[in-house]
Amino acid sequence: MTDHSRIDALSPGTFTLDGEEVEFGPGDSILQAATRAGYYIPHLCWHPDFGAKGSCRLCTVRINGRSGAACAVQAASGQEVESNTDDLNAQRKTLLQMMFIEGNHFCPSCEKSGNCKLQATAYAMGMEGPHFEEFYPSRRVDASHPDLLLDLNRCIQCLLCIRASHDADGKDVFAIGGHGIQTHLLVNSPSGLLGDSAIAATDRAANICPVGAILPKRVGFVIPIGQRSFDVKPISEQLEGAKP
Amino acid sequence: MSNLSHSSAVSASSLKTLLARYHADPHALVQILRELQAQHGWLPRPALGQIARALGVTLAHVEGVAGFYRFLHLQPVGSYRILFSDNITDRMGGSEEMLRHLCHLLKVRPGEMRADGRVSVTTTSCTGLCDQGPALLVNHHQVVTRLTPTRIDHLATLIEQKTPPEQWPVDWSRVDENIQRADVKLGVQPAPGQALAAVLARGPQAMLDELKRAKLRGRGGAGYATGTKWQLCRNAPGETRYIVCNADEGEPGTFKDRVLLMHSFDAVVEGMTIGARVVGARQGFIYLRGEYRFLLDQLQAVLQRRREAGLLGAAILGQAGFDFDLTIHLGAGAYVCGEESALIESLEGKRGTPRIRPPFPVEHGYLGQPTTVNNVETFCAVTHIALHGADWWRGIGTAQSTGTKLHSVSGDCERPGIYEYPFGTRIGRILEDCGARNTQAVQVGGPSGVCLSASEFGRHIGFEDVHTAGAFMVFDRSRDMFEVALNFAQFFAHESCGFCTPCRVGTQLVLRRMDKLKRGYGSGDDVQILFELDKLMHSATHCGLGATACNPLRDTIAKFRPAYDKYVTSLHFVPGFDMDAELSQARLATGRDDHGAHLETLA
Repeated sequence: MTDHSRIDALSPGTFTLDGEEVEFGPGDSILQAATRAGYYIPHLCWHPDFGAKGSCRLCTVRINGRSGAACAVQAASGQEVESNTDDLNAQRKTLLQMMFIEGNHFCPSCEKSGNCKLQATAYAMGMEGPHFEEFYPSRRVDASHPDLLLDLNRCIQCLLCIRASHDADGKDVFAIGGHGIQTHLLVNSPSGLLGDSAIAATDRAANICPVGAILPKRVGFVIPIGQRSFDVKPISEQLEGAKP
Repeated sequence: MSNLSHSSAVSASSLKTLLARYHADPHALVQILRELQAQHGWLPRPALGQIARALGVTLAHVEGVAGFYRFLHLQPVGSYRILFSDNITDRMGGSEEMLRHLCHLLKVRPGEMRADGRVSVTTTSCTGLCDQGPALLVNHHQVVTRLTPTRIDHLATLIEQKTPPEQWPVDWSRVDENIQRADVKLGVQPAPGQALAAVLARGPQAMLDELKRAKLRGRGGAGYATGTKWQLCRNAPGETRYIVCNADEGEPGTFKDRVLLMHSFDAVVEGMTIGARVVGARQGFIYLRGEYRFLLDQLQAVLQRRREAGLLGAAILGQAGFDFDLTIHLGAGAYVCGEESALIESLEGKRGTPRIRPPFPVEHGYLGQPTTVNNVETFCAVTHIALHGADWWRGIGTAQSTGTKLHSVSGDCERPGIYEYPFGTRIGRILEDCGARNTQAVQVGGPSGVCLSASEFGRHIGFEDVHTAGAFMVFDRSRDMFEVALNFAQFFAHESCGFCTPCRVGTQLVLRRMDKLKRGYGSGDDVQILFELDKLMHSATHCGLGATACNPLRDTIAKFRPAYDKYVTSLHFVPGFDMDAELSQARLATGRDDHGAHLETLA
């Protein structure tokens, strides 16, 4: 699962994204190339520093008329990619609503509000309410670590912490467990608690969470609400992995 | 049963022996967990830690893999673990009532372990015994077919008496082949080695050309051209290659692979060996669904006999350098592992999550090597083509769909069982042959397939028209098609792997919506939301499971709308809860149950 490069995607070229020409390099996915060029395709489980997973499905686009996750499809010359369309944005809004209702997300009382990519993406897609009934699942909060809080109520299972802990920290602190709607994040420690694990507050895995599931302790409100990243500029104008 | 325990202490020596047998290979994790559970009854955390250390993986990884499979238990379960097959055909045979009855007799709640640890009773997805159901599975090992209330009474007594399942009446576990109509695959079986000899004489490239000329397409559902798949695998760069037989027959209502494994296993293995010759594989796997554990010993015996006959192992048929052998890998209850990339993940000892494709398994499969995955029936077809040639094969079936197809017929008909027909056979013909009367609908290809109404019985089986993976469930006019769709919605919600948002949440939302309709709180708005979810899941899911999860819903709403409308009480939104029922806790707390404590009397 590591090497997704294919012979036909080894040479650079261009594709079009909503009619605009986008250059791509060898082995680029559509999302990688689009992000580097400064185009926003909504996403939550993808980060430029880590390999694609394709689990959140927000970056689903149409490539020559066929659906595909932009993070998981290799860019190829001549592709016509549609992303910013009413249909696809409506679909994204529904996917976001699904992420909200399957967990317990109470934005007004969440420390991450304003820095949360789920919240910011929901704003970008014009989400005004949950649409579906809330599931209100019973999920674990783990405050055992001296510097970090793990609140699974907010986890959207993007798997970024798993990849960061493996690829960047070399620690494998996290894994995924269960199945179906019971799928959940696991902590690798004898007790299953974060405090007994090898994670440190400076680890990449401790700082990659797009939502408020893994949070540093004691700094929650150092920056007041109203002055946070997405309070200042929308997520579409703050792309990680864009060329400066 | 005495060796099963509810304590978390696992015998250190038996675990050590088990790990040594698998050479502490992390790719064998699913098999190790399965076997540990067969010994101990469940998987205690300390044992998972020991396995993790021995295999050089993390405890969380082991826990994550164990938690993925429905047949692996991280908490103690009863010494007798009873799983009722929960396909719609089992329900039509009264399985729900029998489950309730058994629970009543044993004084245990469904889904829970009895306090003394003796027994737990719950449901599982279709066990592939629909033609002789209702069926149940005991301790993930033994089946009981043809359940009746009398048999349930007797079964409860045997459990109370602690009679081990292997001492239960032999007839209870009888599994019939039930071959009602045989054509080439189920007809006279070729002598073992005969087709293989023909391939050795002809040469691998010529065999590949023959397959392409025969226009053989995969029998597992996707219908990919077998010759092309083998060619891609043969040509893909790699250090080695693998042949995998997908015997993870999980699509509800499908049992034709079980019958092929029972009746024509030599032809299946021969097809795999031919595949190994063509693509250049030295090792193969049969991924046998956990529900078919009861077949394992007889399948192993066939493999052993073939080894002794020089048809497997080193220098097959005396040909120096033609080495190929097979391992049977047991699944552990996960429908999604029928998807080939999820199957490969599971073979590698991981959670059965489908991979991002491309790259496809033919270039990047098991352990990253080129891998050919084919269905049981496809390998069987290969053997017959090797023996009789492409022209003969093309003479059967239609232009686009050559050869024959097996159908697992169950439901409302006089003669359920296996029917093999040439492609191009009319739906109505199958219904006539199986003795179906007053038929309302047929679900062809299982829940992820298509639901046909009476006006469509003139259509034909084939890739050009009605495409099928082999299920054929018949519903007469007494059946409520809403109940059928509800059963399928429960199936998909139960089997979603949980990896991607639209399937993980969408299958739940569909189920909740169906439940809401059934409880009498349905509205036009709910049906509209079902349409929305169908559209989303078709275009946004990671794999085919999610993409097809709404098929039965879409078909039944379109073709049997009155079955839904009877649950729709309003055209507008109706909340999914009963306001008065919500007050029950308050009534309990205040000890009131007078008129004033009920909502409808307040107005």
